[in-house]
Amino acid sequence: MYSAIFSGALQGIAAYLVSVEVDIARGLPAFYMVGSLSTEVRESRERVTVALKNVGMDLPPCHITVNLSPADRKKEGTAFDLPIAVGILESLNIIPRGVTDHILFLGELGLNGELKKARGVLPIVRAAAEGGIRECIVPGANAREGAVIPGIAVRGAENIRDIIKFFMAGKEEREIVLPAVSVDMSSLFSENREGSMGPPDFREVAGQESARRGAEIAAAGFHNMLMVGPPGVGKSMIARRIPGILPPLNLEESLEVTSVVSVAGLLEEGEALITKRPFHSPHHSISQAALIGGNNVPKPGMISLAHRGVLFLDELTEFPRASLDALRQPLEDRRVNIARVSGNVTYPSNFMLVCAMNPCPCGYYPDRNRCHCTEPEVHRYMGKVSGPILDRIDLCVELQPMNYFHLKEKQNGESSEEIRKRVGRAREAQRLRFQGTKYQFNADIETTSMEKFCTLGAEEEQCMEQLYHSLCLSARSYHRILRVARTIADLEGVERIGVEHLMEASFYRPSLEYWGC
Amino acid sequence: MDQRLWEEREKIYACWLCSFPAIRSRQLHRLYDIFGCMEGIYYAGREEWEKVLSPGQTELLKEYTAAWRPKEAYCRIRDQGFELVTFYDKAYPKRLKSIPDAPFFLFVRGKLPREDVPAVAVIGARECSEYGKFVAKQLGAVLGRCGVTVISGMARGIDGISQEEVLNVGGSSAGVLGCGADICYPARNRDLYERLARQGAVLSAYPLGTPALKRNFPPRNRIVSGMADAVVVIEARVKSGTLITVDMALEQGKEVYVVPGRVTDKLSEGCNRLIRQGAGVMLDPDAFVEELWELWERKNGYFQDKAHSTGRTVGKFTENGWAESGGEAVTDSISRIQEGQRTAALPPELEAVYKALDFEPRSAEEIRGKLPTEFRDRQIITCLMKLCMDKWAFQVSPGRFCRKGDGGI
Repeated sequence: MYSAIFSGALQGIAAYLVSVEVDIARGLPAFYMVGSLSTEVRESRERVTVALKNVGMDLPPCHITVNLSPADRKKEGTAFDLPIAVGILESLNIIPRGVTDHILFLGELGLNGELKKARGVLPIVRAAAEGGIRECIVPGANAREGAVIPGIAVRGAENIRDIIKFFMAGKEEREIVLPAVSVDMSSLFSENREGSMGPPDFREVAGQESARRGAEIAAAGFHNMLMVGPPGVGKSMIARRIPGILPPLNLEESLEVTSVVSVAGLLEEGEALITKRPFHSPHHSISQAALIGGNNVPKPGMISLAHRGVLFLDELTEFPRASLDALRQPLEDRRVNIARVSGNVTYPSNFMLVCAMNPCPCGYYPDRNRCHCTEPEVHRYMGKVSGPILDRIDLCVELQPMNYFHLKEKQNGESSEEIRKRVGRAREAQRLRFQGTKYQFNADIETTSMEKFCTLGAEEEQCMEQLYHSLCLSARSYHRILRVARTIADLEGVERIGVEHLMEASFYRPSLEYWGC
Repeated sequence: MDQRLWEEREKIYACWLCSFPAIRSRQLHRLYDIFGCMEGIYYAGREEWEKVLSPGQTELLKEYTAAWRPKEAYCRIRDQGFELVTFYDKAYPKRLKSIPDAPFFLFVRGKLPREDVPAVAVIGARECSEYGKFVAKQLGAVLGRCGVTVISGMARGIDGISQEEVLNVGGSSAGVLGCGADICYPARNRDLYERLARQGAVLSAYPLGTPALKRNFPPRNRIVSGMADAVVVIEARVKSGTLITVDMALEQGKEVYVVPGRVTDKLSEGCNRLIRQGAGVMLDPDAFVEELWELWERKNGYFQDKAHSTGRTVGKFTENGWAESGGEAVTDSISRIQEGQRTAALPPELEAVYKALDFEPRSAEEIRGKLPTEFRDRQIITCLMKLCMDKWAFQVSPGRFCRKGDGGI
């Protein structure tokens, strides 16, 4: 007998529907699986037969053929166990025929028949809903994750027995056996906002005015930022607080973030949506594949996990140059394409790059009383950060060692809440400005549209010219200053960029002479 | 024989001995004393050489001489634009001649310093502070304008900065290298090297092509101080090559002047210690130049009014720079007024911020702390960038500023 069950597979962070076709015929006992399967999908044969046996469904000696269609696309992961098992049950007439129509199944089986967490449930359920499927059964651990998609009933099962029970029951009783899970979206989002476990607050940062201000500007325009300073002045402390001053994730962004995490298989059990801005701080020994994404079977890297959030690279100079240079394209395109033999996938990587580094090998340059590094040493150290990466950094701030007075006078700073309000206003201004364009933030403005979005008056034009000459700017840093000035003006709620905005923006430019270029 | 021809021949044979490494300067002098000319040494032969040299050295010299092509080697040096000056040449710097262990050979590109004007060695740390840079620049400018030759090592930091400034104002300077004179070390001073060769001299006691070796530098310092009448130390740590030079200068009987610094600055610690030991203090380059000329005239028996023919001018140090003035000394109170007039062109808040700046790099927060209360809540960063734009200040690093000495001029 033949049956076809719906399931889904991942392609990047998007998903497509897969039809799992099972045919059981008389003949020599055999179990064939076809349809461009990777090893773990092939192994599902063993898991399924043993799991069915252990819930009391011994397979009769017969000829079983399973096809995963479309058969020309590479299938990966263990989530096909459940649809295969259900297909076999239907083909054997253990569950009534036709009951599985328009239901999507996902899940890995244990040998005792228990259902285990699967990867990428959210994007698959989303694809199913878009494909017109109204119901799906997933492992209990993933049920809340799938339930955030509107228009589709998501049921979580713990064991394959529950599923058999569900199909044996009458239409009315089904809801009692496996109730559809629902998630209260508004409470999810509000929980985050008032949660006591929220991100650390900027109030705890003592002093460091210019770094705080730099972080605010960076957050408002989604600019990449570099912090330079001696050890122990609070570079990582500030970086960790940046997600807290970014505006909260909206539903669409939250779905994107959750999808990536779900695809990476890192979503926690029972977690529905990620509503906090991601913050990732990889150690500098991270491999290029782990940072960018990759492996034989492509998986999202750190930059995709930091999508819509902050990627913090502490000790920037210690990162291998190859890894840093690999960031160039994702920083530019805001997504990363990974091509491997097994496939070609694209992951989003719209993150804010925050870096921190010491100014020289000993960390105290230019304080010549403490720093004995020679100038060539300082230049060599700085030179470890390649120019192309530096080109993509709009703001550079230097942190100073704090004096005792500042340390004692804690809580003198503004709270993240207040800063977030201003950042939110600036973001709103950007949203209105960029409506109908491909841009989202000031940091995205390309040189070709510079004139349109960063218009200068005569006085400002003259000021820029003077700055250009006296600070020996390059064309690139000139544009950088304009972009940052745009954000500063937005923070103030002014449409016109003024002289003081340009001045402040030029203060934050990563200056060339300092970098020994 | 024609005098010029004879000199030429002498040079060729000097060339023979100069690139022979296994011989000491003292032995060279003795050889020369015995034979009276380079050619004589060349033709003296083995037995005669052995009067001065050890048997091993003689053997080496013999092998070396056999392989040596006189004209070729000489032309090679000439073609590269170098001049070989020996101790007994007329062109050999007189000041250098009087020091113990003076180098027998000098490889020179450019013109050796004039003998009728004083020469000053300006030395200091390679990794200098903004303060050091500022003083080196100003001192270089004054010395250059007054026609004093500046001798230094063309190194990074104080050396290079002061020499560059001398050349900028059209003065003359000599750079003494610790490697072959055809090698530009440090390589990033290539521009300075070329300018020195044109406007002054680049010289070295090492044969052409000698790489920059650490051990060659202390002997080089001896030449730096030896060629000068006085040594000025701008910034030096307690343990530094600069202080080695100072020791050599003292042995050679040169005057040592020191630019004082703050007692808390490591880079001025060496200088301040020298002051304690009784070194001369240089507070004002013009007074220093005046003193230098007097000293020099007394030593050389010049008349007071002859100095004017060399066309020196006298300026005065103010907090912002050494402003030139018409010849006579200006009192301190006037320099204050001058500064007041200069900064009066600035809006009050910029003036206040400017006054809070120093030659030490300071962060915006620190500067804010130094401002009078009425300006505290202004946009410090905007003010600072405005000052940078008009070259009153300088952004040393992303967050720190310092005063720019020649600001607004």
